[in-house]
Formats: sequence, structure tokens, C-alpha cells
Amino acid sequence: MMAMKKILEQEPSEIEMLLPWHATGTLNARDAKRVEDALASDPDLARQYAAIQEEYAETIGLNESLGAPSARAMTKLFAAIDGEPARKASMSLNITSRFSGFFARLSPRTLAWSASFGALALLLQAGVIGAVLMKNQQPASFETASLSTDGPITRSLGPEAPRALVRFAPDARVADINALLDNYQASIVDAHGGMFRLQFGTRAMSKEDIATLMNKLKGEKIVNLAVATP
Amino acid sequence: MQVLYGRHHVRVFRFGLRLVRDEQIAEDLISEVFLDVWRQAGKFEGRSAVSTWLLAITRFKALSALRRRKDVELDDEAANAIEDDSDDPEVTAQKKDTSQALRKCLSVLSPEHREIVDLVYYHEKSVEEVAEIVGIPENTVKTRLFYARKKLAELLKAAGVERGWP
Repeated sequence: MMAMKKILEQEPSEIEMLLPWHATGTLNARDAKRVEDALASDPDLARQYAAIQEEYAETIGLNESLGAPSARAMTKLFAAIDGEPARKASMSLNITSRFSGFFARLSPRTLAWSASFGALALLLQAGVIGAVLMKNQQPASFETASLSTDGPITRSLGPEAPRALVRFAPDARVADINALLDNYQASIVDAHGGMFRLQFGTRAMSKEDIATLMNKLKGEKIVNLAVATP
Repeated sequence: MQVLYGRHHVRVFRFGLRLVRDEQIAEDLISEVFLDVWRQAGKFEGRSAVSTWLLAITRFKALSALRRRKDVELDDEAANAIEDDSDDPEVTAQKKDTSQALRKCLSVLSPEHREIVDLVYYHEKSVEEVAEIVGIPENTVKTRLFYARKKLAELLKAAGVERGWP
């Protein structure tokens, strides 16, 4: 009890304060190394880090459960924009220079990661397109996009199938991720930053089955974070 | 603008909603935020990520909305009052559902603590980006999140959930 009180009264160390950013992968390489070293040698810190990973997962879960705004917001916005005076011609120039500035500011590591994820996304996309083409090989016929009677590719996956937000370990290889997707019959349906939204199988699962699935996923070596989402 | 809106409006909405706790106001907020972006696009100098810029505008708009509706503005005391009035975390703990208890406790943190927790964990902002969005020094960002987490641990403990920290 006294020890706990003492801990509560202590000022946090620099490393302790950096733990949440280590969990989200937003520390620079130097700080990340410092935190990793400290975690490897300090069991109390490792315990605190485990608590942080829970907080991280539940904060994502809580925010994801908030839903999305209605179309009213967009209608209101674009009506307001329509009422605005015409924009100046310099706008497009500014955007071009901003884009080039944005890429110039990225660190080589960030660029490398972005390129890796880009390559992964391309591979997955190629796989999906290939699979669809193979499946739909029929006598030649014409079909316009607007008149297509088929649903979107994702429809075949089923709206009830469980989904989760997953962050892979930084050292996870594309082959490992592909193997994991195969093992879990999962598909990537969305990505934001380093987070991927995966869909598992084609059928709905019970709450207990989803919890078991998440626990299994969390136990995977290449998975840093997994949280079930609607 | 449609692409920008399509890419960011859900996160902007959720950040705003967690601050103002009212869906109607949060929806009004996103229209105001993106209209401001439309008007001020020339002022964006590209020193930070677009999402950081958007969240900073959202925060400013949300605080203005809260000031207009003083009755919903929460401070630490009010958050504690919610905690005392509601036995939801305890009930949840009785069900041994740490996950649900954590979410309940995350919801009753003070606005200051909620926003920093969301910015770091959900919006995955770095120390520097949070400092830019909230307008506080980087060291304050680190200590504020630490104390937000400590408050969260206290709330969980009060709800009967022990996690081994602190």
C-alpha cells in the first residue's frame, strides 16, 4: 500500500511519459529505442505498457463506436460553399507546392514505410482484381459501370462479418501479413495511417467468438494491436 | 474539397463529438470546420499534416460552441460528479468486463483529458502535433497525458478494476 502511494506521488520519468506514443508508433527512432531498452529491463514499466495498450485499443473502440455524421452536414457545407465568392486562381498553385513540400518533409524511414504499405496495397488490390477476373470469366459482353447489376466486390463478403482494426508490427513482412490474412480468411477493407481494418470471413459471429478471435489475433507475433469494430 | 471532406470528415466529427457531446452540434461543427478550411486554404502553409490542421480548427470551434453552451461545459469537478452519480463503471466491473469499464471511464474523463487521450490514441498524433493542436508546450502534453492516464486508473480502481498500474 505504502509502495503504491509512493509510486502515485512520484513524478513520472521521461520514458514513462513516452510510453503512449511508443504504443501508437509515433516516436522518433531515438526515443523508440530508449523506450524499447527501458521496457526490456524494467518489469514495472512493461506492466504499465500493457495497461497502455489496453487503453489504446479501447480508445479506438470507443471512437469507432461513435458512428459517422449524417448527410445533412455535407449538404449544409456544400450549400455554404456554393454561396461563397469564387476562389482565386492561385489556389491550385498553392496546392501543388504544398504537395511537393509535404513529400519533401517526410523522413526517409516514413517514405520507406509509406512505400512498403503502398506496395502491399497494390499487391492486395492486384490479388482482388485477379480473383474477380478469374471468377467472372465469361463470354465477352459489355457492361457499363452505371448499369452494372452486380454489387460491389465487398458485398460478397457479407455485411455481418466481424471487423477489427489491426496494427502490424513494424518489422512484419508482406509475406507474413499475407499468410496471416489467409489463415484468418481476412481481407483488408480500409487503411488509415498504420492501422488496417480487416474483415474476417463472410459470416456473422457471436460476441464470444469475436472475443476469442481478437485474443488469438493479439497473440500473433506480427500483430501489435487488434480491436474489434462495428 | 469533396476529397478532403470524404477523407477526414468522420474523424473530425468524432473528435468534435467527444468534445461537445452532442451529435447535432458536432455535425454543425464539421460544416463550420470545412467551410473555414475552404475560406482559409491559402493560409495553410503545409508545415503540419492536414489532419493536424483540421483537428486544431475543430478544437477551436468546439470550445467556442461549448462557451456558447456553458451548461454542457465540464471541468474535473463535473466529471467527478458524473462518476459519483453513475454507477455504470461499477456495474460493468461486476460483470467482469474490463473493456466496457474502460470505455465508460474514458467517457467520464474531463474534457482536457479526453481530448489528449483521443488525440494520442485515436488520432495517433505525435507529441509535437498534439502541442500544435492544443496550443501547449510539448512537456505539458506529456505530463497531461500521464495525469489523464492516472485519472483513468483511479476511475477504474474505484470501479473495482485492477490493471497492475499504478
